[in-house]
Amino acid sequence: MPAIFEDRKPYLDAFARFAKEQPGNGRAWTGLLRKEGIERFEQLGFPTQKDEAWRCTSVAPLTRIPFALAEGGRTEGLTADVLERLTFEPWECSHLVFVNGRHARTLSRVRRSAAGVKVKSLEAALREDRDRIEPVLRRRAATQAPAFAALNTAFLRDGAFVEVPEGTVLEEPVHLLYVSTSEDGPTASHPRTVVLVGDRSRVTIVESYVGIRDDVYFTNAATTIIAGAGAIVDHTKLQRESGEAFHVASLDVEIGRDARFASHSVALGGLLVRNDVAVTLAAEGGDCVLNGLYVTSGRQHVDNHTLIDHAKPHGTSRELYKGVLDEASRGVFDGLIIVRPDAEKSDARQENRNLLISEEALVDSKPTLLINNDDVKCSHAATIGQLDEEALFYLRSRGMGDETARSLLIHAFVSDIVSRVTVSPLRAGLECLLFIRLPKHHPVRA
Amino acid sequence: MAREASAEEGRAKTLLEIRGLRATAGGKEILKGIDLTVRAGEVHAIMGPNGSGKSTLAHVLAGREAFQVTGGQVIYEGRDLLAMPPEERAREGIFLAFQYPVEIPGVSNMYLLKAALNAVRKHRGLPELDAIDFLALVKEKMKLVEMDDALLNRSVNEGFSGGEKKRNEIFQMAVLGPRLAILDETDSGLDIDALKTVAKGVNSLRGPERAMIVITHYQRLLNYIVPGTVHVLHNGRIVRTGGKELALELEAKGYAGVEESVRGSRQAAPPR
Repeated sequence: MPAIFEDRKPYLDAFARFAKEQPGNGRAWTGLLRKEGIERFEQLGFPTQKDEAWRCTSVAPLTRIPFALAEGGRTEGLTADVLERLTFEPWECSHLVFVNGRHARTLSRVRRSAAGVKVKSLEAALREDRDRIEPVLRRRAATQAPAFAALNTAFLRDGAFVEVPEGTVLEEPVHLLYVSTSEDGPTASHPRTVVLVGDRSRVTIVESYVGIRDDVYFTNAATTIIAGAGAIVDHTKLQRESGEAFHVASLDVEIGRDARFASHSVALGGLLVRNDVAVTLAAEGGDCVLNGLYVTSGRQHVDNHTLIDHAKPHGTSRELYKGVLDEASRGVFDGLIIVRPDAEKSDARQENRNLLISEEALVDSKPTLLINNDDVKCSHAATIGQLDEEALFYLRSRGMGDETARSLLIHAFVSDIVSRVTVSPLRAGLECLLFIRLPKHHPVRA
Repeated sequence: MAREASAEEGRAKTLLEIRGLRATAGGKEILKGIDLTVRAGEVHAIMGPNGSGKSTLAHVLAGREAFQVTGGQVIYEGRDLLAMPPEERAREGIFLAFQYPVEIPGVSNMYLLKAALNAVRKHRGLPELDAIDFLALVKEKMKLVEMDDALLNRSVNEGFSGGEKKRNEIFQMAVLGPRLAILDETDSGLDIDALKTVAKGVNSLRGPERAMIVITHYQRLLNYIVPGTVHVLHNGRIVRTGGKELALELEAKGYAGVEESVRGSRQAAPPR
């Protein structure tokens, strides 16, 4: 028996209570899955900076807070106009709303769509769609799961399930809105999202993670997307948690033959944020685009890890992550592209660009290519810099004020990421958010 | 004009007066005492070999902070130019056409122009131009430099050819309508056709209220933009001043020849 370290104990205790309350009292298939999850977590514990994948990010601040398992349901802060803003009204699409990881039926709105399309809470899907869900949840053996994913599985209860049967085009996006607040004290939620896209189908998924007050809470989210042959999937994640929140999330994607997957990951909020994106081009001709943007200030720490696995030939991947870091914030980018031995004609391009606004801001960028085939086209690049003084002078020499010019250049820096967001109400909403969020006032440099 | 010296009575008003201007970059002195007076309506050419300080002078006048002014004075329309930040100089009517126009991905040419024009107008107490008037102005000025419409909505100078960048500078100048335009090696990197087009655009902007300082290494440009006065800048000082024929002399003798002829009889500022 491994020793039980203090930081694991609150989670183990919470699990003991939680497991008993679940249907089937641990004997159902879900109960067994949860048990595997907690055992894995108990064995691993929280990662430390000795783990290569966590070298630049310490989760110690997270482990020091005794988070209680969120019970959800408290929706008083979610007034109609708050909700309107969070759903980017008038955005015509299905909105599934979650409060502290639990589906809030009365706040949600699911619109009619094509036959066979499922948009529902994971809680319902665990009951009604076991045949579809279980293989997904068991895709990766529990013994392989990293700590936070194992913890997410241990507390598996709710989240979202979207299924698009083959040959179906969903014109309207599906918006999954995860709202968090703390309850009597700091709470943790573990939402799980599963998206299954059939062959030759098309869907746009938007996940929002939002805090509506400056609460301390912990979101430990996990999302799995499986795209069939020839499917087209567009995924946007808009993270604007509270400035005191902890946000750890994984996005696991498997794309089939000639399928296309595009991800837009925007991180604006959170105190300590970690995103793990892993995309496997599991069949020939897969196409993957990863766009990312992180905007940090104060003492925020945002860590993006991405992995693109070219497992089969003729896959294409394009990755561009950009960061704007102000004040004493810190960013981490770790991007790994693997080309497997038989994945010839792979074409991969990876870029990470960072703009440091303050002297104290810091970023670690580590782009890595691991290529095991000679017949490929791969490149990567990383830059860390400040606002271009020549561009600044050029704008000022045309009459633009210093602050205006700096602000314009910062907006220009992020504009290509923003313009790639395909859902137009969301893009417009994002532009507004960035207008508020991007640094405006800057110390005049000597 | 009452406040000007009696000797200048009947002449156009002084726009710019540079007295003993010294400037350094990275601790190295580049301008070593420049004197130059420019009146409304005049076109001055400043010629000189590489490293003589031509571009530094242009940038110091436009307010580039990378250069430190260590001495002298610059009076622009009766005010201390050196005390103004670059944007204020622009709003007061100074325009620098860059030798190397900067590429700014993500900022459209149109946006920059509109923001710049409105900043200038606001400074002069004029209302912002509405979209229709702005577009009409832009279309009119684009014709002057035969610029392609498509460039308007592209990012500023991004992916422009050398010629397109230079046209864009003159186009911006035409839209902003400065009182003092400083053209920093506008001819560099232009083929003869592009040079003629750009020069035609510049010439159309000449007028009794507007002055220009044309900085160039080669005499060629001055065949198309004919200056009233030519100055030779050497080692941070103006070593000779003359009429447009001075440019031809330079062409014939080269800079070394002109330096030879001025040695020992260093010419000071143009007549006051």
